[in-house]
Amino acid sequence: MTSMFDSLSARLQSVFGGLRSKGRLSEDDITLALREIRMALLEADVNYRVVKDFVAATKTKALSAEILQSLTPAQNVVAIVAQELTELLGSQPVLMQFSQRIPNVIMLVGLQGSGKTTAAAKLAYRLQKQKHRPLLVAADVWRPAAADQLETLGKEIGVPVFRGQGDDPALIARQSVQAAIDDLRDVVIIDTAGRLHIDEEMMAEARAIRAAVAPENILMVVDSMTGQDVVTVVEAFGNELDFNGVIISKLDGDARGGGALSVRAVTGKPILFVSEGEKPSSLQEFYPERMAKRILGMGDMLSLIEKAQLEAEEDLAAGEAERLARAELNFDDFITINRQVRKLGGIGTLLKALPGGESALRGAQVDEGALDRMEAIINSMTQAERLKPALLNGSRRARIAAGAGVPTQAVNQLVKQYEQTKKMLKHLGIEAEQTRSRKNRRGKKARRRTSRHPTLPGLGSLGRGDMKKLEDMLANQ
Amino acid sequence: MAWRDRLSDGLARTRQRLGEQLNLLLERGPDVSEAFWEQLEEGLIAADFGAQAATLVVERLRDQATRQALPDAAAVRALLAQTIADMFASGNLDPLVQNPSCALFVGINGSGKTTTVGKIAKAGVDVGRRVLLGGADTYRAAANQQLDIWAQRADVPIIQRERGTDPASVAYETLQAAERSGADLVLIDTAGRLHTSDELMRELTKVVGVTRKRAAAMGLPVFTLLVIDANTGQNGLAQAREFNERLDVDGVIITKLDGTAKGGIAVALSHQLNLPVIRVGIGEQIDDLQPFVALDFARALLSAPATAKASVPRLNNQEMPGDLHV
Ligand SMILES: Nc1nc2c(ncn2[C@@H]2O[C@H](COP(=O)(O)OP(=O)(O)OP(=O)(O)O)[C@@H](O)[C@H]2O)c(=O)[nH]1
Ligand SMILES: Nc1nc2c(ncn2[C@@H]2O[C@H](COP(=O)(O)OP(=O)(O)OP(=O)(O)O)[C@@H](O)[C@H]2O)c(=O)[nH]1
Ligand SMILES: [Mg+2]
Ligand SMILES: [Mg+2]
Repeated sequence: MTSMFDSLSARLQSVFGGLRSKGRLSEDDITLALREIRMALLEADVNYRVVKDFVAATKTKALSAEILQSLTPAQNVVAIVAQELTELLGSQPVLMQFSQRIPNVIMLVGLQGSGKTTAAAKLAYRLQKQKHRPLLVAADVWRPAAADQLETLGKEIGVPVFRGQGDDPALIARQSVQAAIDDLRDVVIIDTAGRLHIDEEMMAEARAIRAAVAPENILMVVDSMTGQDVVTVVEAFGNELDFNGVIISKLDGDARGGGALSVRAVTGKPILFVSEGEKPSSLQEFYPERMAKRILGMGDMLSLIEKAQLEAEEDLAAGEAERLARAELNFDDFITINRQVRKLGGIGTLLKALPGGESALRGAQVDEGALDRMEAIINSMTQAERLKPALLNGSRRARIAAGAGVPTQAVNQLVKQYEQTKKMLKHLGIEAEQTRSRKNRRGKKARRRTSRHPTLPGLGSLGRGDMKKLEDMLANQ
Repeated sequence: MAWRDRLSDGLARTRQRLGEQLNLLLERGPDVSEAFWEQLEEGLIAADFGAQAATLVVERLRDQATRQALPDAAAVRALLAQTIADMFASGNLDPLVQNPSCALFVGINGSGKTTTVGKIAKAGVDVGRRVLLGGADTYRAAANQQLDIWAQRADVPIIQRERGTDPASVAYETLQAAERSGADLVLIDTAGRLHTSDELMRELTKVVGVTRKRAAAMGLPVFTLLVIDANTGQNGLAQAREFNERLDVDGVIITKLDGTAKGGIAVALSHQLNLPVIRVGIGEQIDDLQPFVALDFARALLSAPATAKASVPRLNNQEMPGDLHV
């Protein structure tokens, strides 16, 4: 089994690696490369038939003269594949459409445990931020404590939850629309029970809810870890309920999410959102290109950065953030950063998110314990030393080492790391400053984005555009 | 590209073919050609075996076919289910057999842990065990209420603490209560978490550690059980690997086998990580739990897909536990 660190590019690199001296590639070389692509796609749970057709189609393209004679055939083949996947996924992000009706109704459907209830709360949170007045509706009368779950989530984000009476979800849904009108709510979000596509009674129940409230949007929530059977499931839901959009959930894990391709290919319905965590803020728009890269195992720097920024918004006090931006780093910041890194899934996850990170990691074991040791050392410092690392002379370092149970070299190493990070921060800080003033000319929107807190060491308060540049820069190295 | 337009048609055909394909293939004829093996491998991949496990099954089968000089596809067919069944790690550990015992349920979000706790509690009561539930999911919204309903349905006592309490302390107190009350089957539910979250995996490591230590003090063996959704694709391997590395998992429970997903990932992970499957979940009701029998699983996997589910009466959450159908 190829390890998950073996990204497609790295594998293709090895296929093509020895061939360059020959000057040009043969059809056999391409066939070999396509076998690797096939494996990568299957590991990502792309439907095996899609894989088959896809590989055949890519072959035709890859056999073109430009590729065969190119100096970087691996990259070119990957580019073709990524491009094709992106187009399959829909090329452009699609936004959810509303009608003029008040209230608008959104209904969530899907298999058991896919993430509907959580997604309902996330949508409510998002819409509320966009100045809507949502009402959440607990129309799952089956799962134990389903309404309690929604009510708890509603309370956390300050959105009311309509529970209704009795056990007829269609009736509850109808009553909720009236309740929304009475309470001047403009969007109703209906959470429904998880159901199997082959359970006729339950599918009829969903149709009855739809008939009762004629939702503008029926969104199907699909777990990103779903395997090959996703084809059967979404087709049945599509036929029975004619949903019009998809939310892919649990993308905060490391599932490559190849099922997304099948969803799109089978139903033709756009993916509107991705859900990346259990917190209400972790619902993002869907970007086909990112998803394509993820499916290919090419890393998803951008998503990780955005996630880091969101978590940081929740966690970091504004003062700290500003200090970081001014490159006044101290050891308390190191601890904060450590926690951030851990939250994002550890060093390994972060490295993998960098383009080329997976291949850089090939075979190498990431020392996740390093973070622990670092924290142990910092914990042995006095508050003054943490805030003012310049105080750390030889005797202080020896004392700290003894306290943390590490050799003095480890403390020296940490201080060195600190100096380097500080230098890097300063450097990036200047660039970020320049970007900021450029952006500000574009007005209010840009300002809001740049005021986001910095998150990882060295990333300053860079906006997404900057990250894209950084990513491109790294990719082209 | 034009192929893209044909794609959705092709996939619709796939849907019909996926499940039946293997059967058709196997019934087709006496000829065991190269194409036969290739299609067999494809069929296994379509059932979520993953390329590696699929290749391995095909290799083993081919090998046997040659050695035993099997005459035709029908003869190969007879061997296929057994070959798949042989992929599973065996193990005879079972918290329902072992007495007394403690089982901890772990897994990613929404896989079916809490429901499985409810089902096993009922199974325990049915064989005369004194069951105690522990609610160590102190994170998920209404996790307590949900488990409490299952405790009522199975008619067993439960230890719960406020949301936000350290889950390890709930596990500890559950065992303490078990010691006091003389419970002999302790079932502890934990919060769902992705294997990629270092922070949450650390938390879980602590829960498992505390449970094992406290249980050892009362001579109670602990079974750490990984609950996996049958719909899971290749990510299931990463999940199982990580949970197993961190927690030293004892066995696996596959849920949601009442759908159309074949659960081929169970074959791959049981084989690769040497983890026995001990139960399967086949519905949302309290009795929808079955012992795992490798050969039955393999046969079900090879059978044609279910078309319509026979309507099983479902218990909704307005009904009282007393109304439970049996
Ligand atoms: N890590 C992660 N967990 C998620 C995400 N979305 C949902 N969850 C978790 O997945 C589990 C199931 O989510 P629910 O929202 O209850 O799923 P559901 O579809 O409503 O489930 P049923 O109503 O039982 O069918 C919960 O533990 C959620 O916290 C996500 O994007 N990431
Ligand atoms: N069809 C079917 N549904 C199941 C099965 N087991 C569990 N479910 C459903 O799957 C959903 C999630 O089940 P839970 O038991 O809440 O899952 P969990 O792992 O405890 O979820 P979290 O605690 O949120 O991580 C619920 O709607 C259950 O009714 C099964 O075997 N078949
Ligand atoms: Mg729900
Ligand atoms: Mg649970």
